[in-house]
Formats: sequence, C-alpha cells, structure tokens
Amino acid sequence: MAHAHKLEILRGLIKFKSNTQKIWGVLILLSIITSVEVVLGIEKPEALMGHVLGMKILNWIFIILTIAKAYYITWDFMHMRDETSSLRRMVVWTAIFLILYLVFILLQEGGYIQDVYSAGFLKKDF
Amino acid sequence: MSTTVVTTGTEGKTWGGGNEPLKASYGKMMMWFFIVSDALTFSGFLAAYGFSRFKFIETWPIADEVFTHVPFLHGQNLPMIYVAFMTFVLIMSSVTMVLAVDAGHHLNKAKVTLYMFLTIIGGLIFVGSQAWEWATFIKGDYGAIQTKGGNILQFVDTDGHRVALRDFVVAGENERAAHERKNGLWFVSEGALPTYTVEEVIHGLESHPNVLVRTQDINEHGHKTVLSREESLKQIKTNGRHVVEGANLHVNEYGSPLFADFFFFITGFHGFHVFSGVIINIIIFFNVILGTYEKRKSYEMVEKVGLYWHFVDLVWVFVFTFFYLV
Repeated sequence: MAHAHKLEILRGLIKFKSNTQKIWGVLILLSIITSVEVVLGIEKPEALMGHVLGMKILNWIFIILTIAKAYYITWDFMHMRDETSSLRRMVVWTAIFLILYLVFILLQEGGYIQDVYSAGFLKKDF
Repeated sequence: MSTTVVTTGTEGKTWGGGNEPLKASYGKMMMWFFIVSDALTFSGFLAAYGFSRFKFIETWPIADEVFTHVPFLHGQNLPMIYVAFMTFVLIMSSVTMVLAVDAGHHLNKAKVTLYMFLTIIGGLIFVGSQAWEWATFIKGDYGAIQTKGGNILQFVDTDGHRVALRDFVVAGENERAAHERKNGLWFVSEGALPTYTVEEVIHGLESHPNVLVRTQDINEHGHKTVLSREESLKQIKTNGRHVVEGANLHVNEYGSPLFADFFFFITGFHGFHVFSGVIINIIIFFNVILGTYEKRKSYEMVEKVGLYWHFVDLVWVFVFTFFYLV
C-alpha cells in the first residue's frame, strides 16, 4: 500500500509536509468556508440581494462555496486527487453532466409553472 | 493444445487485459460507481425540491424562520446555529475517517481503531441531532391557521415578532372529543385534535388589538407580508378553516406542506444513509479490533467505507445549502 499522495492544494499555493497535515489543512479550509456561509446566511447583507442570471447574488455565492467544499471533500478526503485521471473523469463528469441536465429541466419547468400561476390566464392543462 | 491462443497481440497495451488501467481495486471502483448512482438519486430529490420551490417561489417558507432552535436554549431565536453545528460534526467525523484511512496505510492498528471509534461517535451525534431537529419541527412552535385555499396565516405583534397561539388564545371547553378506534369505528382513525378551535382563535384575535396576521406572500424586501388589523380580522374570519400546530405530511404551520414533505424526505433519506454508515462503520470497527485487516496486511476495507462516509458528508454539504441557506 505504498500510496503516493499529492500534498498540495490551491494549485500548489499551500504545500503540506505529510498526508495527516494536509487533512487538518483541508479541515481548516472547510471550516472557514462553512463559517462564511453561516455568517452570510444570518446577516443576509443588503448589497448581495441584487439579481444576477435570475438568482440573488447571495445564493450564487452559497452555491459556489458549496461546490468548492464538495471539491475538497472529494479530492482530498476521498483521495480523488490520487486516482488516475480516467477514473476521475468517469466519476466526476458523468455526475456533473447528468445533474446539470436534471437541474436545468426541472428548474425551467418549475419557473414556467410559477409564471403561469402568477401572470397567466390558464387554470389547468398548461 | 496448439489451438489455444496464447498471445492476443495486445500485451503492453493499457486495455489489453491482465492489468488494472484505473489502478484501483474492483471493490473500490464499485464503491465509486455506487456513489455516482447514489449522488444522482440525491440530486433527483434536491432538483425536485428546487422544482417545487420555483413553482411557489413567492410563498415558499424562509428556512431562517423555521429552523431557529438549539437544544437547551429554549425560546431564543438562533437561526442556523444548530445546523452549522451538525455540519461541523459531520465534517469532523469525515476528518477522523480519513485519518483512519491514513493510519491504515501505515498498518497502524491502534490508530485505526481510535479514529474509527471517533468517526462512529460523530455519526451518532449527527443522527441524534437530526432526530431532535425532526422532533422540534413536528412539534411546531407558534401554531397557525390554515385557510380554505390551503394557505397558512401566522400571527405577529406590531413589531413583527411572531406570536404563538398560546399567547393570545384561550382554550375553551372542547365539545368534540377525538375519535378513537376503541370507542368508534375501528377502521377509521383520527389524529390528535388541535388545542384550539378556529372560533377560539378568532375570539383571541379580537380581544388582542396588537396581534396581526402574516401571510405566506414574500414582499419585495424578502419578508413575509403582514396584514393590517382590519385585513387580519377579515382574513381569519372569512377564510380560516383549521388550526395547525406543528408539521406533518399533510399540514405545516411554517407554510407550504410541500416544504415539510421535502424536509422529511430529503433529510430522512440522508439520515438513513448516516445511520447505515454508522452500522457499517461499527462492523468495520470490530473487524479492525479482531485483527482481520492486520492478517490481510491491507486496510482497504476501511478505505471503502471511508469513501461511503465521505459521500454522506458530501451530500449533507448540498442539503445544508439548498435547504437551509439558499
């Protein structure tokens, strides 16, 4: 089980000496991201309430931070960083493609129904 | 055996057979593929939640106002604190899990045992917290009135703070007893009756001039709309049909019943994953103690349950965002 771990995160910005040290480093990173999310979620700053691409800026920030957390959990806790690129692509791109597709069709449809409810004149069969 | 093919002409090629192109064992790879399919199941649920939310975007409950409780701190308005704590517990147990995997690579039985134990404790704290959160959500807090159209009308004082039914409604003599199987039709059952009747709520509202009604509609500032005093009385009198206390699969005092349905379904499914993860971790924990992997000279089993455990954490990160934050 001579595993070679890649010991740098943030594109080599932070390098760790051992795998254990990297785990604690990633924990600190994840905790910082979660605290930022919680503070923003409680404060809800007025400046971030504007809409970009149909969603509040605040919500975009939450989603981006979540994906960042997901990245570090998968790459460092689940050791995706150390797997071969073909295994990584098989797992990651399959999931990303299918999830984006599913989310797109369902949110599009939900938005449409809301539109009909609030502004449309059709009562049923729309 | 001259007909036996000894060479296929593909030796040395990556996919020619006889080697592991992905450099991962069968078990680990299958765990990855299971995780992909389970991730799709969870995204199906979360996308369905998004669908319903987009459908009722102007009346959806605000999660900050729903999950405001922390154990042992009664009556305080602390949105998100407890969920943040739960998230941290789960991330922490992920860390101990990955430390157990790391110790496994060094064939350090004592350390694997310790870290597996800590992981199990973390998982149990999380499941327990989730059970507490469910209980709090089901029990409810303030109570509300449901209209004949199925909308929820809540009560606030003139400063906009929530007012519970128990604070302004006096329960009268209840002439109607709850129907039970033992003294009525055995094939018909009825849930617990609410503490108050709609008439008592109307009476309470009339005698408390500082209580107003809050509707489900979200105004342009992102807050729920509060009606004027006259509007409040009119709404309750003409449209009030049921008193709702707490939440279940039919009614939900916090707003849309769909919100409660998705809450039970998604956090329930996730909680079930955590629970089975804890069970699997316990099995592996005992295997470690018994020295099964010591004899095998490989702790790969720990790595495989580790993958599952991290996945549960990964899902929670998304549930946290889409249920509590966004």
